[in-house]
Amino acid sequence: MKAFLMYKDHDFDLQRQLPSNAQALTQDLELNTLFNAMALGDNFLFDVAKKAVLSGLNDLDIIRYRQNILKDCLNNSSIVREIYQIPIDSIENKNRRWMGIFSKYPSAILYGSIEMLQMFVDLLKKLKSIADEHADKFESEGFTAFFAMIKKELDDGYFASVQKHLRELKFRDGVLISAELGKGNEGTDYTLRKPHDKNQNWMKWIFTQKSPVYTFYIPPRDEHGARALSELTEKGINLVANALAQSADHIDSFFIMLRIELAFYIGCLNLYEQLAQMGEKVSFPLPVPTNERRHSFHGLFDICLALTMKQKIVGNDSNADNKDLMIITGANQGGKSTFLRSIGLAQLMMECGMFVPAGNFCANLCDGLFTHYKRKEDASMKSGKLDEELSRMSTIADNITSNSMALFNESFAATNEREGSEIARQITCALLEKRIKVFFVTHQYEFAHGFYDKRMENAIFLRAERKDGGGRTFKLIEGEPLQTSYGEDVYHMVFGRNN
Amino acid sequence: MTFHSILFEIPEDSIKNKTLEAPLFFVDLNLDEVIDAITAGKQEYNLKPFFYTSLNDIDTIKYRQEIARDLENETLLDNIKSFALKMSTMRRYLALIDKLYYKNHQEGWFLEAVEMYCDAVSCMVHDLSLVDLKSRGLLDFREYLTNYVKSDRFTSLLAETKKLKADLSTVKYCVIIKANCVKVRKYESEIDYSVEVEETFEKFKQGAVKDYRVMLPIGSGMNHVEAKILDLVAKLYSNIFLNLDNYCAQNSNYLDNTISVFDREIQFYVAYLEYVAEIKRAGLKFCYPQISNKSKDVYDYKGFDLALANKRINENSTIVCNDFYLKDKERIFVVSGPNQGGKTTFARTFGQLHYLASLGCPVPGKKAQLFLFDRLFTHFEKEEDIRNLRGKLQDDMVRIYAILDQATPNSIVIMNEIFTSTTLKDAVFLSKKIMERIIQLDLLCVWVTFIDELSSLSEKTVSMVSTVVPENPALRTYKIIRMPADGLAYAISIAEKYRLTYDCLKERIKS
Repeated sequence: MKAFLMYKDHDFDLQRQLPSNAQALTQDLELNTLFNAMALGDNFLFDVAKKAVLSGLNDLDIIRYRQNILKDCLNNSSIVREIYQIPIDSIENKNRRWMGIFSKYPSAILYGSIEMLQMFVDLLKKLKSIADEHADKFESEGFTAFFAMIKKELDDGYFASVQKHLRELKFRDGVLISAELGKGNEGTDYTLRKPHDKNQNWMKWIFTQKSPVYTFYIPPRDEHGARALSELTEKGINLVANALAQSADHIDSFFIMLRIELAFYIGCLNLYEQLAQMGEKVSFPLPVPTNERRHSFHGLFDICLALTMKQKIVGNDSNADNKDLMIITGANQGGKSTFLRSIGLAQLMMECGMFVPAGNFCANLCDGLFTHYKRKEDASMKSGKLDEELSRMSTIADNITSNSMALFNESFAATNEREGSEIARQITCALLEKRIKVFFVTHQYEFAHGFYDKRMENAIFLRAERKDGGGRTFKLIEGEPLQTSYGEDVYHMVFGRNN
Repeated sequence: MTFHSILFEIPEDSIKNKTLEAPLFFVDLNLDEVIDAITAGKQEYNLKPFFYTSLNDIDTIKYRQEIARDLENETLLDNIKSFALKMSTMRRYLALIDKLYYKNHQEGWFLEAVEMYCDAVSCMVHDLSLVDLKSRGLLDFREYLTNYVKSDRFTSLLAETKKLKADLSTVKYCVIIKANCVKVRKYESEIDYSVEVEETFEKFKQGAVKDYRVMLPIGSGMNHVEAKILDLVAKLYSNIFLNLDNYCAQNSNYLDNTISVFDREIQFYVAYLEYVAEIKRAGLKFCYPQISNKSKDVYDYKGFDLALANKRINENSTIVCNDFYLKDKERIFVVSGPNQGGKTTFARTFGQLHYLASLGCPVPGKKAQLFLFDRLFTHFEKEEDIRNLRGKLQDDMVRIYAILDQATPNSIVIMNEIFTSTTLKDAVFLSKKIMERIIQLDLLCVWVTFIDELSSLSEKTVSMVSTVVPENPALRTYKIIRMPADGLAYAISIAEKYRLTYDCLKERIKS
């Protein structure tokens, strides 16, 4: 039994290795803010959110599959949360009462397993009744299949047969164990047998030739004998206890799987509710294949900044369809970094099937998203700053492929402008030739303007807007790179204009 | 020739193999470590006496070398190991019977033991028939075994054993336990309950889960309830158990003594070759030395200290091999050079090689010719022992006197750094005196010393020097090379390293 809510045909693998650039992405795009908003303090939700967001998909089909499931979740949030509560209850019950089945005695394992299975069966019944009551409210392919599976596998007949087993395995009529002679004539292959049902097959029962039956009794005071007998019983039920305990584990793993498959959507619900409270608008993005070049959006905002400031923030509009290169220049503290981050975040959210923080958003998927941000000085003093930047760039170069996306934020500025520009230029040209989409925030005039002068069809230049007199709108507009970034404004802001 | 022993071709020789104490030189040559490692895990065979007894007969040495060569065939060696394992298991079963109380149980284990024995013998004879043997010892053993397997005694034992095992394997019964009541009857095809449980819950399976089967104690014998059940099973299948009674009564002396002795003695080779194989895997060579009791021309190329090699392999470090030869009138290696440069190791190697060769074993090296000694003596520096009531120098002298008193021209003497507890002048004087005696006796000798003069005392002495890397004198090569002893070169290079040569000092000391 599989839930298949993350993929059509396989489980979401929580153990899967994150891509090698995950650490850089998390740091550069402030992803922990996003994960925290999705998790609301729940470590498990955090973990699932992190895995899902960082293991983006480039398969349009699965993205749409998840988008539809998420839409169902947004429409039926309380039902989805109720289903999610079932595996949570299972884990809590288990931790409170059993802490797992450990014992040296098969009989104790058997007894513990029966109890645990009984608890699981009650939760399965609850799942079944939710399915019976609400299945028709869900429209997505994923949920439809999920509820159909529940109805098919957990019918009344099934619950009845499980109850029968749980009753019989308490052995009110004694145990029937078969054995053979092993080495040294010692009994071996002890196997618990199901006694013949005397009601059925009674004709056969009467007419088969029977072996003589020899009987003996353990005297009441023979403690050794009693112990020997219980040891024998233990041997007999060892396998069935194993089968039962493993069955309990199977159901347990079913619930664990269900929890994993739902956790991502619960995280999305959590996030959605917080954004709704701030009045921020989100939408389901329109992804296009990796080999196309699309990036057009309205009201794209940095979700992490919004979550941090807990208020509605300025969004950006742009149409960068058919562009391979976007160079962003302009005023200090004019929203360049924020914009670059919003591009990265929207890409990741789109690629894992989430809604994106924009009024509308359409972009091509990418094979991999890489970020190269200016970092603070290496404290270990192992390498110089430019050295460090180039070494990170070299790691990216080891992993990046065609149809990937690279976000640069003030990279290669740790040297004089001419050298830095030249490095940036060479790297950018190479990436473009390899069909990699490049977003570059820079103060390096020579670099930015050099590209501007080329009048390339596939490049777009954005500039952080500055109002006359130094004010910032935090809006980006299309425009030629300028030779100043208005650092003076910042100076004045800090020191006061009159000094 | 009829087969007696895989270690001694002539039966009289085997009687002398009672040496229980390790020879005196074992500790000095680190042979105690080697033999401990070789015999580790093989205590049940009590192999040490074999390793403590050197042979003084070239033919017996060849008898063993041939067998060891045959056993270098890995298939054969594996066959022997598998035979040994079965025989060992058989002995364990027999030992178990003595500890058991119930007749049906004891007889069950006896049947197991005999079955194991039959299997061991049958497989061995089959395996041997497929191998191309060269050694007298194994050829004779094969013939012996082939005849044994054809004998009525063995064929009927095998047939009866198989029949009984087959009959017992048909026994299948049920035990029904309810409170203190136990019922026993034949099995009536009831279905396995765990299979049904598994099927019921199969659908929830997501992946592999833990194994909850409890490892219930086994082999702890049989309690009276199990014995009672077994008695009732015997009643259900009375014919089979009657046959078992008769079989046990008739076959109590089934084990053949010659085979039993072979099983122990062949382990001498197995143990040694297993140990050697480990070292060979590190790329080191072994060879079968030429042995002579007349010519004192000896040589070994790419030799090494077995004890050290074993240790270094475990530490994953490399082993340095050394060559040596003595020819014509040469008899004595005088080994000098920097400390910790491999001098003692060289001396040990020389001793080990001769001793191992005298056991009939392959020895470290690519190619070797060695001397069949009558006695081997070592003199390694010992800590002062207060019980001797004499000074260290005197103690040295007493021990050396004893050695030279017992040594014959066919003996080998290995001396390591003696006379260190006196002045150099005294040491030179005493050493020269001892050297004269050794030369006079025409002994084969290795003498590790710091006294360079000894190396050029006579045409019988050969100087060997431990060497260092020229550019960095602190690095040892562990190579021992035939060259004139020249303590100076080394001393000056060390001084240079610390800038304490005449020239350096002149520059450093400001006027």
